[in-house]
Amino acid sequence: MSEVKYSKEHEWIKLDGDVATIGITKHATEMLGDIVFAELPEKGSSVEKDGTAGVVESTKAASDVYTPVSGEVVDTNQVIVDDPSKINQDPEDSAWFFKLKIKDPSEMDTLMNKDDYDKFAKETSA
Amino acid sequence: METKKTSLYQLHQDCNAKFVEFAGYQMPIQYSEGIVEEHKFTRNHSGIFDVSHMGQLFIYGGEDLSKDLEKIFPLDLKNLKLNHSKYSFLMDKDAGIHDDLIITKTNEGFLIILNAACKDNDFKILKELLEEKYKMVLDENRSLIAIQGPKSSEILNDVINGVKDLNFMSGNWFKFENQKVYITRSGYTGEDGFEISITNDFVDQLTRELINKGSKLIGLGARDTLRLEAGLCLYGHDLDKDKTPVEANLKWAISKERISKGDFIGSDIIIKQLNDGVSKIRVGIKPEGRIIAREKTKIFNQSDVHIGEITSGTFGPSVNGPVAMGYVENEFSKKNTKVFLEVRGKKHPASICSLPFYKKSYVKGVN
Repeated sequence: MSEVKYSKEHEWIKLDGDVATIGITKHATEMLGDIVFAELPEKGSSVEKDGTAGVVESTKAASDVYTPVSGEVVDTNQVIVDDPSKINQDPEDSAWFFKLKIKDPSEMDTLMNKDDYDKFAKETSA
Repeated sequence: METKKTSLYQLHQDCNAKFVEFAGYQMPIQYSEGIVEEHKFTRNHSGIFDVSHMGQLFIYGGEDLSKDLEKIFPLDLKNLKLNHSKYSFLMDKDAGIHDDLIITKTNEGFLIILNAACKDNDFKILKELLEEKYKMVLDENRSLIAIQGPKSSEILNDVINGVKDLNFMSGNWFKFENQKVYITRSGYTGEDGFEISITNDFVDQLTRELINKGSKLIGLGARDTLRLEAGLCLYGHDLDKDKTPVEANLKWAISKERISKGDFIGSDIIIKQLNDGVSKIRVGIKPEGRIIAREKTKIFNQSDVHIGEITSGTFGPSVNGPVAMGYVENEFSKKNTKVFLEVRGKKHPASICSLPFYKKSYVKGVN
């Protein structure tokens, strides 16, 4: 299994073979506050890198969730739709959003590693 | 214009507040625990809200003042008892709402609590309408805090003895550290509670004592979810100059006695609307499922005709689901009417419901 990568839109992505698991970062959940609603892409649909692939809402506002790579949605996490507070509790593991069969592995190269993302998150929230 | 800070700014910082600019003030939107926890703590225990940005307008006068204010507010002020409060509105001649407010009769005249964003304009309007006959002070030297929730009476009474005997929508002067504080049993969360007017120099000390007794500071974020669950309006969203009290479904706040006579600003329109009905009216709206329909969301009927708009919508932590209110054409305002809400291009089913979403537990009392 490859290392976890991060996008500038605060998604994380973990690649296992040609299937990527995608969610939002802990830093993103801290910025959003209590998440009370989650909408996920439909299974079987295709999503394009940097396109909208879902929505999360806090008590304050709605925010789009983007996909950091292109692919076909092969699975979605119903658990976070039924109980969105799980996203605040465990954003970078059990509260994943969707899984993609990826189209172009080279898209992974455009993303940040953990150190770079942490630096980026710190800079942009300052 | 520079944003103002309330006298509790340092305490907010000490409690790790996240700040937002609201009506020209740096106000806490939430603290470290977050809106949902703060909301639930208020419902189950006791929360303190800094509402010092709101206007505290003291108008000094006797019977003449009551008479003159009756030309402005649709209230029976001559018969309002000392230290009793009423909810009302400042209207224009078309009955459009310029602000909603709480007015209390004091031993020296009246105290009117105004919305922060409206207070300066309200002051101007009232000064003109009262023809500068009375001394009016929009007091910047006093802070205002609210303490709300089932444990608030016990906690506040521990610090300021006697407050627990106040009835709902009534108040009195009390002493804290030899300072005169004016306390009313009121609030805007759907819970039992109090609003405390105290000099700026002592508000920090009082608030810290209330925190030591077990209450917690609560931000504007939870204040919004609490008031929406309680079915209460927020000026600038659910109420504005283009809406009348009858359209806002607030006719309970208009004195029947005054309607029969009619001589207040906007009374022609109010009487006409009470007799002939209104074309749009404020209702509660409960989305099916978990989708949140926020302000400006369009409302459609079952034939896909646009019939109204959401004016407030969020997630209600005590209801554990989405809640909203808005204005719909009168014929679709009946409870249980099926409607559709357009969110992100898709129409989601919802139904018209009665307010509040969350049942009040105010302390009863003579009023």
